[in-house]
Amino acid sequence: MKRMLIPLSVLLLAGAAGAQKTTLTIESWRNDDLKVWRDSIIPAFEKQNPDIHVVFSPSAPAEYNAVLDAKLKAGTAGDLLTCRPFDKSLELYKAKQLTSLNSLSGLKNFDEVAKAAWSTDDGKTTFCVPMASVIHGFLYNKAAFKELGLTEPKTEDQFLADLTKVKQGGKYEPLVMGTKDQWESATMGYQNIGPTVWNGETGRKGLISGAAQYNKGGFLQAFQALERWKPFLPRGYQALAYPDAQNMFAQGRGAIYPAGSWDIGTFRQMNPKLDLGAFPPYSIGGKKCVIDDHPDIGMGINAASKNQAAAQTFLNWVASDAFATLYANALPGFFPLANVKYTVQDPVAQQFLGWRAQCGKSFRSSYQILSRNANPNNENDLWNVSSQLLNGALTPQAAGDLVQKNLASWYAPQKGK
Amino acid sequence: MTYPARRVRRPFPWHVVVFLAPAVLIYTVVMIYPILSSLWLSLRNHVADGPEHFVGLANYQRLLGTELYAQPLWNAIRNNLVFFVIHMLAQNPVGLLLAVLLSFRLRGSAVYRTLLFTPTVLSVVIIGFAWKLILNPAWGVQRSLLEPLHLQALDQPWLGLPGTALTTLGLISVWQNIGIPMLLFLAALVRIPDELYEAARLDGAGGWTIFRRIQLPLILPTVGIVSVLTFVGNFNAFDLIYSVQGALAGPNFASDILGTLFYRTFFGYQLQAGDQYMGAAVAGVMLLIILTGLLLYLVTVQRRLTEVEL
Repeated sequence: MKRMLIPLSVLLLAGAAGAQKTTLTIESWRNDDLKVWRDSIIPAFEKQNPDIHVVFSPSAPAEYNAVLDAKLKAGTAGDLLTCRPFDKSLELYKAKQLTSLNSLSGLKNFDEVAKAAWSTDDGKTTFCVPMASVIHGFLYNKAAFKELGLTEPKTEDQFLADLTKVKQGGKYEPLVMGTKDQWESATMGYQNIGPTVWNGETGRKGLISGAAQYNKGGFLQAFQALERWKPFLPRGYQALAYPDAQNMFAQGRGAIYPAGSWDIGTFRQMNPKLDLGAFPPYSIGGKKCVIDDHPDIGMGINAASKNQAAAQTFLNWVASDAFATLYANALPGFFPLANVKYTVQDPVAQQFLGWRAQCGKSFRSSYQILSRNANPNNENDLWNVSSQLLNGALTPQAAGDLVQKNLASWYAPQKGK
Repeated sequence: MTYPARRVRRPFPWHVVVFLAPAVLIYTVVMIYPILSSLWLSLRNHVADGPEHFVGLANYQRLLGTELYAQPLWNAIRNNLVFFVIHMLAQNPVGLLLAVLLSFRLRGSAVYRTLLFTPTVLSVVIIGFAWKLILNPAWGVQRSLLEPLHLQALDQPWLGLPGTALTTLGLISVWQNIGIPMLLFLAALVRIPDELYEAARLDGAGGWTIFRRIQLPLILPTVGIVSVLTFVGNFNAFDLIYSVQGALAGPNFASDILGTLFYRTFFGYQLQAGDQYMGAAVAGVMLLIILTGLLLYLVTVQRRLTEVEL
């Protein structure tokens, strides 16, 4: 009976104190995460900040951009806005709908790469706190590896040798990926092993400044390295879609799966018995590994919000290790971007995280500036040529030339190169 | 004395207006207005962050005159023609053959008719999904069906190869839609009076002669209608390709038709933002192609057809 009384009296008190209490509303597209926010994240924050009440109010992912635009125009949007990476949020900042967060003390917990997705092109102003990223690498079937006496590959030669052994064994598909949906070829293939050869940020920024090109140097070598995957893809891979590849690997029919960290959760669900292992992108030509630590979700403050101070308090908390720990464990495969201490319970997810210390960091080369309102779109071009490369319709040089030609057709720093 | 001819003033036929109004109103609101407003949109554009303004045919000039737009457009038109030809060569002749066979009152023809028509009433999404599963190289039934027949060579990723993807999709669409021409032909065939058949048989005509001399000439108007329906349906097609291959209509746009091109241009996809003005221009081109085809049919075919009184 006493147990009941305490929450009741708290409720009554809360009603009385309502006048001083600030309510913050969060706009988000992650309606899948509603339960996580309501049950664990928000209560943890409110415990530390009893005078701030937080409401998580998501809309459907596909409608978020449109819903948010409409709400902002009508002046009914929440105080905190979940930020898509790159262009969409930059557009909001330019329209003066997001405030600059340069004075936010929590931002010092993030490095340049993490902030890039929510900063102006010159990197001087940041308008969203980075919340989560996804990391690329490889998952493998531990049982198959043990059976065939394979070890985690560190170099490209070891990787190809492992694949050859699996192929000779004949029991497992060596490398589980299809090219039908096209994006895997670029995202799990090219952007997964590529950053190592194009020296991560050096290469990515080189494309933006015009110092690097897709048809030479590291970017071309990445196409060449991707082509070497071709003999090891499953039979009929040209017609295999993303869910097909996921199913095939989850059923234990494959040895190695080029992955994004979000796949961990999927496989845990599809087949909890599958013994998952993971290794980072292998080194090519003796180069140190660079992982694709791709920013995905951020959070900023609605410029029209009346609760700026409370919103800043909340964002400082989002930048803290307490939030990082909560978030990383609630949603395995979505990793906090803050340079703070936290552990993830899922061992494979924890392994992915460990690569941040072990390898260099970058993100997908086509996401910043190079795909902005542009047609032909750099990201989609990469999908196309990477798939055609694996399908045998293009040589690495032709693939690089095509992407380069399309990029140079509209992007000034690349013109004539 | 002459009287001026007194005209009997008939009351205005209000009932006609009243009966037509709902249909005309609804048709205008949901068909004519959107078409006109889409055409109007295709004549407008805006500079970066600026207001919308009238640009005349500039969007169409860009669509046909720059490699960026013209190359995918011609690719889509070419693919659309191939898609149409596949239907004209496979769907309509086979539909006619089935209709003729069914018209001979075979035993169990009602069962055949139902079976053949079933795919037509299923949702395209189901059809696309089912065929994706059948043809799936990882666990489709394709392989286990072909192996006992020693036809392993035919076990290919048909939807994933640039040379076969469009034909495969065309044949899936034929399989789904064959019930419509079949039923239309059958409806025309059953209107042919039995006396004609009896007379022909007395004259010693076989099945082929009966078809050539009696059935085909009498159902020619239906053949025309079916061709037009096929043409309009094919150049408007979108759903099957989208549900099987996605908006990118792969591999490398081998199955890209006007519908999917329009979708990508208007709504955008992935990091590519949509461009409603250029999208409306693509829709304008589709409308033009369909109208031209219809006019050609009306002028060259329809006028020569004479309805035979039976």
